[in-house]
Amino acid sequence: MSTAILPSAAAAEMSATAPLTLPNPARSVRGVLPGFGLSLGFALSYLSLLVLIPLAALFLRAAGLGIEGIWQELTSARVLHALGLSFGGALAAAAINTVFGALIAWTFVRYDFAGKKLFHAMIDLPFALPTAVAGIALTALYSEHGWLGAPLAQFGIHVAYTPLGIIVAMVFISLPFVVRTLEPVLEEAEQQLEEAAATLGATRRQTITYVIFPTVAPALLTGAALAFARAVGEYGSIIFIAGNLQNVSEIAPLLIMIRLDEFNYGGATAIAAAMLVISFAILFGINLLQAWSRRHA
Amino acid sequence: MHEPASVRRYDNALIEPAPVRWLLIVVTLAFLAVFLLLPLVTVFVQALRNGVSTYFSALTDADTLASIRLTLVTAAIAVPLNTMFGVAAAWAIAKFEFRGKNLLTTLIDLPFSVSPVIAGMVFVLLFGSRGWFGPWLSEHDVKVIFALPGIVLATTFVTFPFVARELIPLMQAQGTEEEQAAMTLGAGGLRTFWHVTMPNIRWGLLYGVLLCNARAMGEFGAVSVVSGHIRGMTNTMPLQVEAMYNDPGEYSAAFAVSSLLALLGFVTLALKNFLEWRHGSELAALRGRG
Repeated sequence: MSTAILPSAAAAEMSATAPLTLPNPARSVRGVLPGFGLSLGFALSYLSLLVLIPLAALFLRAAGLGIEGIWQELTSARVLHALGLSFGGALAAAAINTVFGALIAWTFVRYDFAGKKLFHAMIDLPFALPTAVAGIALTALYSEHGWLGAPLAQFGIHVAYTPLGIIVAMVFISLPFVVRTLEPVLEEAEQQLEEAAATLGATRRQTITYVIFPTVAPALLTGAALAFARAVGEYGSIIFIAGNLQNVSEIAPLLIMIRLDEFNYGGATAIAAAMLVISFAILFGINLLQAWSRRHA
Repeated sequence: MHEPASVRRYDNALIEPAPVRWLLIVVTLAFLAVFLLLPLVTVFVQALRNGVSTYFSALTDADTLASIRLTLVTAAIAVPLNTMFGVAAAWAIAKFEFRGKNLLTTLIDLPFSVSPVIAGMVFVLLFGSRGWFGPWLSEHDVKVIFALPGIVLATTFVTFPFVARELIPLMQAQGTEEEQAAMTLGAGGLRTFWHVTMPNIRWGLLYGVLLCNARAMGEFGAVSVVSGHIRGMTNTMPLQVEAMYNDPGEYSAAFAVSSLLALLGFVTLALKNFLEWRHGSELAALRGRG
């Protein structure tokens, strides 16, 4: 093997400095590249130690409660309300973000206007801004004396410390998902198809409904699913604005936290396992729906 | 777009009428202003509402400084660990064929669909005083929960997928030809990696590290479960924000510490947009992923 120092990154330039050696036949089982065992071994061990084993421990602990024990924990009015609020709120937030996300993506991809670049750069803010900061900022904004809370209160709409505030925080935190998954699809959508539809006499509305919407629908669904998954488990941005009233504005992750503080590990485990199972089932269902829509496209 | 005049005549069938266009633009800007711009402005207005001196005294408070230190230490451990994992996983997945590859790719994204509170909780179940290893740990006087190791574990869990999921599609799109050429010409494995693979993935890697770091420094829920909330000891910056916010006398101080975190988010966004603008073509494989 050559010890000459590589002049640059380009492999082609090596031919001048390095003698040609044939690939080791023993390695060619998996191609010439080395490091398969090492990289996969490290990745698998790390994944198992950090993610899989701890999550498995959670389910094992839940299993230890028995079906009856889990059922008892989950069917209390307080737990049911918290789960309903987290999943229902996330559904509402995902729906709002699907409509507005589609609209925002469309506006940014198809139109030009002043300040476009600046506003576009802001879209990922919810990913970059820590959730606790978002939480207290939204609370200040929507409280009775806040810039938005005060005018809304005149109309009798109260956002902070109500379930509505939870949805506002969820919309904030999951806003980028739909926009970001939709934009590249809209950019790559062939405008010739729209031209063809127009030439064939379709109105703009017909073109949007029958040509554009079916092409972007799978991406829209993916974005909505990502937004939903994020909003269901969200904690940091919500607990400040929610008010956290039992059976009114208490989300499931907060109830897990409360159970842990009471050292009621069984109760916490049952809620956590239920949340994970429902989330995974919904995401799996959406995957199936997409596979189905691809087959029937 | 500069289209010939003959094409432009059909524009009304290809683009929405002007009032619709204006309405969509106005709704978009209004939505983004209300949901993104206003909260950001609020942070700085509230932080400075009691004057600049209060602002800086909140930032130089001993507990605040301790929380900044803890946040930096946590990120300094979690981010390199997840970067090493990301590179290793992407190398295995993008450069080789093996069974169960799709499953592995799916499992890597798993932490994104786990609530941060549950991410913290699994470590309490394992290492907490009533957890599986709790009695053994307390016998040997090792503190994981309510101490730095627990905070690092929880942070590493929630930031686990960031680097890997940026690198996997990027390295898959690049294939293995350049590496194979380098190996055939006699370069060793490590040299091939540093001089052939690395230059191809560096911007994608930086992009992933950037997002991983932003989340690591800003994580709240997972860390909240394992931290124990001891001011000056186990409070990271986001937890310090919560502690100050819940103290009526420190309302503005909470926003002062928040403004530092907002600044971190701001820098992250600026760098991210710069990378997308400057190296957009090299990152093309990443587009379309949330």
